[in-house]
Amino acid sequence: MLGRLSLSAIPFDNPIIMGAVGGALLLAAVILALITWYGKWGYLWREWLTSLDHKRIGIMYIVLALVMLLRGFSDAILMRSQQAVAYGGSHGFLPPGHFDQIFSAHGTIMIIFMAMPFMAGLMNIAVPTQIGARDVAFPFMNAISLWLTVAAAMLVMVSLGVGEFSKAGWSGYAPLTELKYSPGTGVDYWLWAFQIAGFGSLMTGINFLVTILKMRAPGMRLMRMPTFVWTILCTNVLMVFAFPVLTVVLALLALDRYLGMHFFTNTLGGNPMMYTNLFWIWGHPEVYIVILPAFGVFSEVVATFSGKRLFGYRSLIYATIAITVLSFAVWLHHFFTMGAGADVNAAFGIATMLIAVPTGVKIFNWLFTMYRGRVRFTTPMYWTIGFLTTFAIGGMTGVLMAVPPADFVLHNSLFLVAHFHNMLIAGTLFGFFAGYAYWFPKATGFSLDEAWGKRAFWCWFIGFYLAFMPLYVLGFMGMPRRMEHYANPAWHPWLVVAAIGTAVILLGIIFQIVQLAVSIRRRHATRDLSGDPWQGRTLEWAISSPPPAYNFAITPVVEDFDAFQDMKEKGTAYARPERYHDIPMPTNTGKAFVIGGLVFVFGFAMVWYIWWAALLAAVAILSTVIARSMQDEVEYVIPAAEVERIEQAHLRQQSAMGAGADHG
Amino acid sequence: MRRILRFSLAAWLMPCLSGCSQLPLLDPQGPIGKAEMHIIGMAFALMLIVVIPVIVMAIWFPRRYSASDPKGDYAPKWSRSARIDLIVWLVPGVIVLALGILTWRGSHRLDPFRPIDTGVKPLSIEVVSLDWKWLFIYPDQDIATVNRLVIPAHVPISFRITSDTVMTAFFIPQLGSQIYALAGRQSRLHLLADTPGVYTGQNQQFSGRGFADMHFRVRVTSKKQFAAWVHRARQSPHGLDAARFAAIAKPSVRYPVSVFSPVSPGLFDDIVNRFRAGPAAGR
Repeated sequence: MLGRLSLSAIPFDNPIIMGAVGGALLLAAVILALITWYGKWGYLWREWLTSLDHKRIGIMYIVLALVMLLRGFSDAILMRSQQAVAYGGSHGFLPPGHFDQIFSAHGTIMIIFMAMPFMAGLMNIAVPTQIGARDVAFPFMNAISLWLTVAAAMLVMVSLGVGEFSKAGWSGYAPLTELKYSPGTGVDYWLWAFQIAGFGSLMTGINFLVTILKMRAPGMRLMRMPTFVWTILCTNVLMVFAFPVLTVVLALLALDRYLGMHFFTNTLGGNPMMYTNLFWIWGHPEVYIVILPAFGVFSEVVATFSGKRLFGYRSLIYATIAITVLSFAVWLHHFFTMGAGADVNAAFGIATMLIAVPTGVKIFNWLFTMYRGRVRFTTPMYWTIGFLTTFAIGGMTGVLMAVPPADFVLHNSLFLVAHFHNMLIAGTLFGFFAGYAYWFPKATGFSLDEAWGKRAFWCWFIGFYLAFMPLYVLGFMGMPRRMEHYANPAWHPWLVVAAIGTAVILLGIIFQIVQLAVSIRRRHATRDLSGDPWQGRTLEWAISSPPPAYNFAITPVVEDFDAFQDMKEKGTAYARPERYHDIPMPTNTGKAFVIGGLVFVFGFAMVWYIWWAALLAAVAILSTVIARSMQDEVEYVIPAAEVERIEQAHLRQQSAMGAGADHG
Repeated sequence: MRRILRFSLAAWLMPCLSGCSQLPLLDPQGPIGKAEMHIIGMAFALMLIVVIPVIVMAIWFPRRYSASDPKGDYAPKWSRSARIDLIVWLVPGVIVLALGILTWRGSHRLDPFRPIDTGVKPLSIEVVSLDWKWLFIYPDQDIATVNRLVIPAHVPISFRITSDTVMTAFFIPQLGSQIYALAGRQSRLHLLADTPGVYTGQNQQFSGRGFADMHFRVRVTSKKQFAAWVHRARQSPHGLDAARFAAIAKPSVRYPVSVFSPVSPGLFDDIVNRFRAGPAAGR
């Protein structure tokens, strides 16, 4: 009846896991109680869970990303503490099975459930408003993408308390992930969570690709698009091409595990090397999928806070396109040591280095944007400067490992771990934090506290160096990654420093939580009435904060790539139209949320071999999709009078502020 | 160049370290490792040409053009310069060209499959990675060891490497290059040790529960000592045949160092071929 699920699946005997589960359940209970206490269930359902508004979906993505950041970071604390104590004779406090789950979960969560939703969140909030659109191309599909991601994240969370998570690393190399070597539920949780989130991402990619190509405001030619939109466009191209490969490789692995096939097994003609290839054909573009949007954020931030046009816009766009194309031609550098032969290794090594050229060009463009500008040191700018200094080091170590003979000694060492954290923390995460601070007032209508933001930055920045520079050294000391314990006492002091670095980053995260709390408390004082708190240059700053459901009452006409800056200079910004029109917008629907819930049931049932539940869930998902496509009335109309009322209110606020400024 | 690199790294690490021997990669004991460190040093130096100016500019520009205390002029519309464009595409381009040449040559010269030509007849060793231990077969000496590798200095070692389990990586950091071991396949690796001593060998690719203990001692001896060791090893009371191999191959951690002689001929090929066989022979 319940497949292989029984009460013994819950690890009652493990105090660390039970503590984590207890904590998570308690937190969930507190949140649910608070919602009930304040009677917000109706509000939550009507305004958020059923919303098809891209801005709200964006905020929900970022909430998910931040929650998963906490989970992924807890894993990091456990790993760093374990390696700080488990040397010589000591085995630390984590047995191998548990340690292996933690690093597998850490990687999976940080890439798939932190970086990806964070990116999707920023993209949802900023892209439609930057291109002067009222929504995305497929609002319902957008909501499905969100709820699939949430369902997949919940699968990972549930694996904490029911069964186990994968012990085979986030990349799930075969044949270790085959049934013979990993018979438990762990790999299945990983497999389905990955697969479901991948579907969500693929749909997001399609959605935004169409949105950007088809829904730009008149006059916004490709070469007038904001740089963030350009990087998102390239990211979406990568997603659309790369994610199907992931879907296929995971499906083949699932066939091996569920139906006894032999795609990646050691025996009967299976080829594990094929898994490695296919995984990285998705996996390497994935690196650029998460970093290009960060590059886009930096481009917006550096131009805005230098009060200056972005230096070398065309050059930057061509560099982005070059990276997009090249990123599909380098996957083999993840396994030079598999013995492909000198010609193949050298070709992929050189292709990898080529990426350094356009990336370097971008860095110089940001530097020369500050040159002859007027740099305002806001929190987003702190993240940007922190990125510029730190990312250069990560780029250098990356190119180093692109040289196959260098990789032969550095591969799979802590040097590699230090390198990709150098790219993903100092590159991607700093970029997303910059975007978070930059667009926060746009999305919510009030600003984040600057003082706490800068404190958090310094902790992250210093903590990063303390946590990862020792890992570079440890790579040269020959320490492999993923060691549950080790005998070499020389490694120990460096791992202690790394653990201290993690503690400093923890402080940074605590400061970010404080920042959020302080900012919400002071929201009335820091309201953004103008809609343009940073003297922005792109269209999202032309509308109120938070924007109305329809974003733009009148579709703007674009004449320059810094469209809003151009309007301000020409005096055409905030022009009042002669008359307003009715605006049709998508009606809220609970079906996307329901589909997410059903997908969770499906994933859980597949993990535990509860075939009847999986079948029922699959039928229900299909029925819901069919029911939705039968629905004719999916839009409501905001009448012109209502649009006028909203717009007038905003303009009144603005002029009141302007008058205040004049008197002051 | 390598000396500069080693010096600067060592200076940085001084507070915690007594010497270079704790940084095995920076203290290679064979030509492969030395060549690889040389390439790392060259590549680092080349890239610093770009990286140092970037870091300096990233700190200097925002300070100089700070809105609160600007020292330079303000040109809000200035966004193009053919000269800067040329430099930022060209300089990294030239560096990557140099690195590309380094890569092409290095990849061929240090291809793990390529034999080391010193005029000395290489010693053949067959390596089998198991859960979670290493088996070394010396086919010409008719001996085998578990978790202990003994090799003579100044003799090229020609490894044939496979796995009887999941994918692993065979790596002796102080001698250079690692290579993956895969079931049903044979990887090649050629190493050479210059100085007698005791080094660490390890699995560099995570392979499950016992991974952290999957390392072994590498003893590099003189040719004379090696001959003496071979002589002693051949006195081993236990031989290695298919049955004993099956017993050793069962998953275990911290398998004691063991020596076997004689070894069933063709054992290594049998281990490789078992995975390649059709359904009838499949496990």
